[in-house]
Amino acid sequence: MEDVVIIGGGITGCSIARELSRYDIKITLVEKEEDVACGTSKGNSAVVHAGFDASPGTWKAKLNVAGNKLYPALCEELDVPFVLNGSLVVAVSEEEERVLEELLEKGRLNGVNNLRIIGKDELQAMEPNLSSKARAALDAPTGGLVCPYEFTIALAENANQNGVKFWLNAMVTDIEKLEDSGFLVKTSRGSLRAKYVINAAGLFADELSKIAGAEEYTITPRKGEYLVFDKQFSGLVKKTIFPTPSKISKGILVCPTVDGNIFIGPNSNNIQDKLDTSVKAPGIKEIIEGGKKLVPNLPFKNVITSFAGLRAVSNTNDFIIEASKQVKGFVNVGGIQSPGLTSAPAIAQMVKGILQDEGLILKEKPTFNPHRPMKKRFRELNNEEREQLIKQNPAYGHIICRCETVTEAEIIDAIRRPVGARSIDAVKRRTRAGMGRCQGGFCSPRVLEILARELGADKLDITKKGPGSNLLLGRIKEFLQVEGGDNNDN
Amino acid sequence: MITKELVVIGGGPAGLAAAIEAKKQGIKDVILVERDVRLGGILPQCIHNGFGLHVFKEELTGPEYADRFVKELEEMGIEVMLDTMVIELTQDKQIIAVNRDKGLMHIQAKAVILTMGCRERTRGAINIPGFRPSGIFTAGTAQRFVNIEGYMPGKEIVILGSGDIGLIMARRFTLEGAKVKCVAEIMPYSNGLTRNVVQCLEDYDIPLLLSHTVVDIHGKDRVEGVTIAEVDKNFQPIHSTEKYISCDTLLLSVGLIPENELSKMADIKIDNITSGPVVNQRMETSIPGIFACGNVVHVHDLVDFVTMESQLAGRGAVDYLKDKIPSKKHITVSPGPGIGYVVPQLIDAEKILDGKQNFFMRSKKPMEKARLFIESDKGQIRTRILQHIKPSEMINIELKKEELVNKDIKSLRFFLQEEGATDEK
Repeated sequence: MEDVVIIGGGITGCSIARELSRYDIKITLVEKEEDVACGTSKGNSAVVHAGFDASPGTWKAKLNVAGNKLYPALCEELDVPFVLNGSLVVAVSEEEERVLEELLEKGRLNGVNNLRIIGKDELQAMEPNLSSKARAALDAPTGGLVCPYEFTIALAENANQNGVKFWLNAMVTDIEKLEDSGFLVKTSRGSLRAKYVINAAGLFADELSKIAGAEEYTITPRKGEYLVFDKQFSGLVKKTIFPTPSKISKGILVCPTVDGNIFIGPNSNNIQDKLDTSVKAPGIKEIIEGGKKLVPNLPFKNVITSFAGLRAVSNTNDFIIEASKQVKGFVNVGGIQSPGLTSAPAIAQMVKGILQDEGLILKEKPTFNPHRPMKKRFRELNNEEREQLIKQNPAYGHIICRCETVTEAEIIDAIRRPVGARSIDAVKRRTRAGMGRCQGGFCSPRVLEILARELGADKLDITKKGPGSNLLLGRIKEFLQVEGGDNNDN
Repeated sequence: MITKELVVIGGGPAGLAAAIEAKKQGIKDVILVERDVRLGGILPQCIHNGFGLHVFKEELTGPEYADRFVKELEEMGIEVMLDTMVIELTQDKQIIAVNRDKGLMHIQAKAVILTMGCRERTRGAINIPGFRPSGIFTAGTAQRFVNIEGYMPGKEIVILGSGDIGLIMARRFTLEGAKVKCVAEIMPYSNGLTRNVVQCLEDYDIPLLLSHTVVDIHGKDRVEGVTIAEVDKNFQPIHSTEKYISCDTLLLSVGLIPENELSKMADIKIDNITSGPVVNQRMETSIPGIFACGNVVHVHDLVDFVTMESQLAGRGAVDYLKDKIPSKKHITVSPGPGIGYVVPQLIDAEKILDGKQNFFMRSKKPMEKARLFIESDKGQIRTRILQHIKPSEMINIELKKEELVNKDIKSLRFFLQEEGATDEK
């Protein structure tokens, strides 16, 4: 019997898992995909928001500001890069300047520190590549950047290290309330009994709440599309550049990442299909227009990839974080759209409080280790450090991904770590192998080989991102035999 | 710190030819650094024939062509470091390389030849919309899987782009029992060699759909199909022509990009059109003593020309090491109407080797017949009639030293005028 089963291995579920792993309880996290951070957590703007945007009094506003303050220390503990680059909301008209005043006021009410409005000269000096039409901006120095999947993976690794079990490829099919107490959570990998169930199922949280017989709400997928530019243009903007926001979205930004790429996006369109992360031509056009409005000389010849993410928007338009009144022991953590990434650490603390209110006794575990296993990033070391590292482990001298300078040792480590990588994309998210300008053209056959070797698997069984996404379909000559070709005696 | 007279970075056809030539001309202390476990670059996976017609006057496969150079290199005792990646290059010719056994090495070279080759353009670079399932490969990656590793990355294939590797792979997949449904090419003409269109598509009844592109990719885990559409004159898809084709694999053969990360690190001047270094008559870059040749300079159509160009670079490096006086007077070479690019971009006429200078260039569009004008700031040098011109096939023009030397020429321009067409000069 588990004390807590967490459904969903996104930023929300993994934050909760890591927070609860401090205590002496049994926890299992179940995730339908083959890895954590496979849904909204890997397709978003990667911004740790300052918190001036959400309406005062909402959970979004409170948890954003609280989460923002937790980030620097948490990233330090988990050895995840965090950059406090600051955000700017740029006004290009008199009307938009008035919106800046409104945002400043909202920010003050929400408790965001050090907000101010700056004029054209200061703005242009700060960001010389901004459009000449930019006339003023809201300067939010507490806005930051984090890599959302790296952060989610770090939380999962640390939670696992501290005793949380992870069931991957485990789709929840039913949640039964047992008569005595607790639940039976049925998954495609078997069933689990649990005293408490936390529903952090992202886009599917509404369906799970319904299955459990708890409160009904709806989650609408709201798609955002993005374009990513080659690293050689890092520095084009230093801060996260927002336009003035619309009613439903913060708008299309021009934004650096912790890894040095610049991206533009997202647009914002409600759709039906919760699995539709396809990028469409009109969407690309829309974000190009939006990006150009802020930074006219974007290097469109050097786009390296595009992607789309789906925000999980609830019908209340706010986060839904509460113990079910109908099903005792079931906790909903739904509708975690932007600023969900920023809020996640604060959401985890809030959920801990809810569980305690519901009767879960939490006793601190003396063995809790807040640091995950050290992670070496060859590309970030100086040459003396590199030299030492190769002496200790020659696999650091074998560079597999040449665009991002990722070594064989790092790929092996990604596979062997807690909640280790089992697919090409999982290796990519942990090491950046395949994220550069050649997009895996050179390294993917080599990563595939290392995965097969490490996992003791046939190359044919290695996937891009879980079941059904195999890269190779057969051995040579195999199709000739099947098709009655040259090798067929008949 | 290791010191070397000449370091060649890259062991493909360019690096092999350059290293061999430099050694032949008397440089003893040559080392070739290669990141793969074997020499030959892309050649070992090019198991089809058609290599060597110009250099050896016979038809070889890729591995055979590479083998001739590898053998020669070994016989000459040229030092090779395999499985070794150069991660830094400075203007002062300091190189940092890493491998498993020797760790991190600092090498000080007197001269360097850059032969890093090129990489394939990807889906991201051309912004194909749709899902991101497995089953989307660049043609070269697929070729490696089939020819080196013995695996089939697909069974029902659509190919986007008619570059040579894509055409070769259309035939290769067909011979392996896979079904190649079509090759879609956004341009109104093929981007591969004519012989490849004939021998790889026409001979196997694989349709080549010109002025077509992929507008959507379907399938969440593995590719399930693509939507293709015809494009208008501005390369915009025409919606009424959209057609769904089921397939499990989309192969991309949409161009090659010279790989110049190291060149950029050393602040070598790059030509915006070729995406390779600006080079002079002896394949020397903007930094004296650093040379470049092969696909890192401009993407070639035939390996034979890579070899010839690289031999020149090898000799250039020898000249530099013997006499370090840099060129002073340069003729600037530029493409005029009808011509995409010209290499080399700079000429020191007095230092032209063997009394003749080769110029490689590509036309901007196909022309049945055209006149090539070679013109300097001092007047027209020569014209020549060319036939069956295609952007996919390089034009190779040789000028004699006496046509350029002692005339105080400052600039040289090549341009094409379609015969029978109106004057577009």
